Amino acid sequence: MKLTGAEILCESLTRLGVREIFGYPGGAILPVYDALGKSKLHHVLVRHEQGATHMADGYARASGGIGVAMATSGPGATNMVTGIATAMMDSSPVVCITGQVSSKVLGSDAFQEIDITGITMPITKHNVVITKAEDIARTIREAFLIANGGRPGPVLVDITKDAQQASADFNWEASEPKLPPKRLRNNHDQAEFDRAVEMLNTAKRPIILAGHGIMVSGAMRAFEQFVRAGNYPVAMTLLGIGCFPANDPLNLGMMGMHGEAWVNNAIQEADLLIAVGMRFDDRVTGDLRTYAKSARKIHIEIDRAEINKNVRVDVALIGDAREVLEKLTPHTETRDHGAWINHIAELKGDSAVRDIQSLPDNGHLYAAHVINDIWKETGGEAIVVTDVGQHQMWEAQYYHHNRPRTLITSGGLGTMGFALPAAIGAKFARPGSEVWVVVGDGGFQMTMSELATIVQEKINVKIAIINNGYLGMVRQWQEFFYDKRYVATPLVAPDFAALANAFGIRGERVTKRAEVVPIIQSARESDETVLIDFRVEQEDSVYPMVAAGASLSDMIRRPNNPLVETATEP
Amino acid sequence: MQTLVAYVENKPGVLNRVSSLARRLAINIDSLTVGPTENEEIARMTIVAHTDERGAHRLEASLEKLVDVLLAENISTRALLERDLALIKVSADQQNRPHLMELIKVFRARVVDVAPESLIIEVSGTVDKIDGLLEVLRPFGVLEMARTGRISMTRGGDLLQPPAAEPVNSELESASSNVT
Repeated sequence: MKLTGAEILCESLTRLGVREIFGYPGGAILPVYDALGKSKLHHVLVRHEQGATHMADGYARASGGIGVAMATSGPGATNMVTGIATAMMDSSPVVCITGQVSSKVLGSDAFQEIDITGITMPITKHNVVITKAEDIARTIREAFLIANGGRPGPVLVDITKDAQQASADFNWEASEPKLPPKRLRNNHDQAEFDRAVEMLNTAKRPIILAGHGIMVSGAMRAFEQFVRAGNYPVAMTLLGIGCFPANDPLNLGMMGMHGEAWVNNAIQEADLLIAVGMRFDDRVTGDLRTYAKSARKIHIEIDRAEINKNVRVDVALIGDAREVLEKLTPHTETRDHGAWINHIAELKGDSAVRDIQSLPDNGHLYAAHVINDIWKETGGEAIVVTDVGQHQMWEAQYYHHNRPRTLITSGGLGTMGFALPAAIGAKFARPGSEVWVVVGDGGFQMTMSELATIVQEKINVKIAIINNGYLGMVRQWQEFFYDKRYVATPLVAPDFAALANAFGIRGERVTKRAEVVPIIQSARESDETVLIDFRVEQEDSVYPMVAAGASLSDMIRRPNNPLVETATEP
Repeated sequence: MQTLVAYVENKPGVLNRVSSLARRLAINIDSLTVGPTENEEIARMTIVAHTDERGAHRLEASLEKLVDVLLAENISTRALLERDLALIKVSADQQNRPHLMELIKVFRARVVDVAPESLIIEVSGTVDKIDGLLEVLRPFGVLEMARTGRISMTRGGDLLQPPAAEPVNSELESASSNVT
């Protein structure tokens, strides 16, 4: 069957199970858009190509499948860079398809020509230029295979306009992926496995560090069985949240820079760290010289390059988290670790009652209250997509996730502007789920143009803007480390409720604690998007905190009376 | 100094990916040689890098993550045969020429071009040997030099061959979800 390259692309995407493509048209990708119009694929028109990549990323993270973003050459492609890097840092399988000028003029600085494969080389798992129609089907299949295989990541496919226009024989069966053969490594020998088992069965104070890899591998059940088998307390990375139910007594919650102090102290006192699908990021470890000094370390990780990168480990079990855990569990002797678990409870002490959530209403509106109320009202069942900053950390602390893939957030790159577009992608991935956007007033203003996408696509997400009039996390650092010199952090914002109205979206504003729950309930009852502008305390800070580069044992604790400490008169 | 061998796809852009990776890891490459293997689709690289064992591990593991890299291996601690080749143009007049020829003989190098005022000497061997020859040639006046950089091979039965093709796992090749 003869098809044009553009038709082959659409047909291939359809056969690969793609339903939605997030994109923005332009000259060098026009043949594909013409073919898209004749296909069954649904194209979501974004307002900026960065949004397209975040949507594809949100789609991938919510579904566990692959998200697809599309843009034209030149600026269309360069606008994708931030989204691609975001997906790369968080191992998210995204396939980006860009148009390119015709192969005849490649390298001639033609209109809207840019070397996007050169630009994205360090921020993609792989990228490739296609100049012939007959290469499209095979290359797209390879791109999907690469994006989702092993440790997932973004793949960019750049297709010249003449390849889109030319005709070629389309034969799906004959276009099998042909990836270069890879050496099969013996991931860990029996002796290493036995050492891991010995360490597991002799540890007195073990703790699991649970990361995103558990979700990526689909290892939730295997992980739970492993946890139960050894009765191990579990601390989570930001991206690990959801891999193990928050309401499980063994789940200690998030570790690291804004983890609870008792969780970090437990890590510092442990005699065995079992790291699963995590990479000892600096936000998790603090100062490496003082990190978990008394603990032996087992690292279960699919990416060999992560072993001993930041933290020296005693045993590395390289492989897919599910496979390794399933192999380990039968060898794990049951221990109750009662003394250790009781000790962690002692470390926890009264911090649960000291935190802001338990304090009475004093007339001020705190972000933590808002997020905790969203958690209570949604029963912890919503998919929450956050941006980056204070609200992100409060979400991790005060929204308790019991299910995997329900917290979607930019961890590694920390990309402001991620939340709104990623939530749109998540909603397309799981249309039956309730999706909440939790976003600051700074990050929201970076990608708020995607409100128009929401309206055009008639989708239903709930947007909670945690509006404190500052770039809050940067302001907090200025407060702590720069003597309260608030340079370039106070920011003016439009009236978000009125802005929503201008887009044709219902907008609300909340200034009092008593209004929070009713407005959340009312928003949930609506089957349309609702934007709520929560005017929260301006100079509130996220506690506790490990200062950048400081030891995990050395946390800035919550003030004894945060209401007095942090409240400013309205 | 660490020595790695890599088998890579013999196609445009692969060298860029490899060198760009080393740059990203802040590893300085001392020498990098690429040449075809007996299979024309596969090229072999010898990478000599200024880094420690830990850096070499990262480089090796990160290289192997590249789709176009079939295999990467740190062979620094193994029994190695190493060769570097140099062409050295040295100034030579009637007077010092006999002395030069003697040195060339000692180093088992050879003269490959003779001109009235200069010679080109070809020498191959370990880096140390070439550096040694260079040291003694310097007083005569080294006019020009070109070196290939190191190629390395493990000795004896310690084989390092490119992997054979494997069937692909078509399960991964799908956009559909896997929420569990």
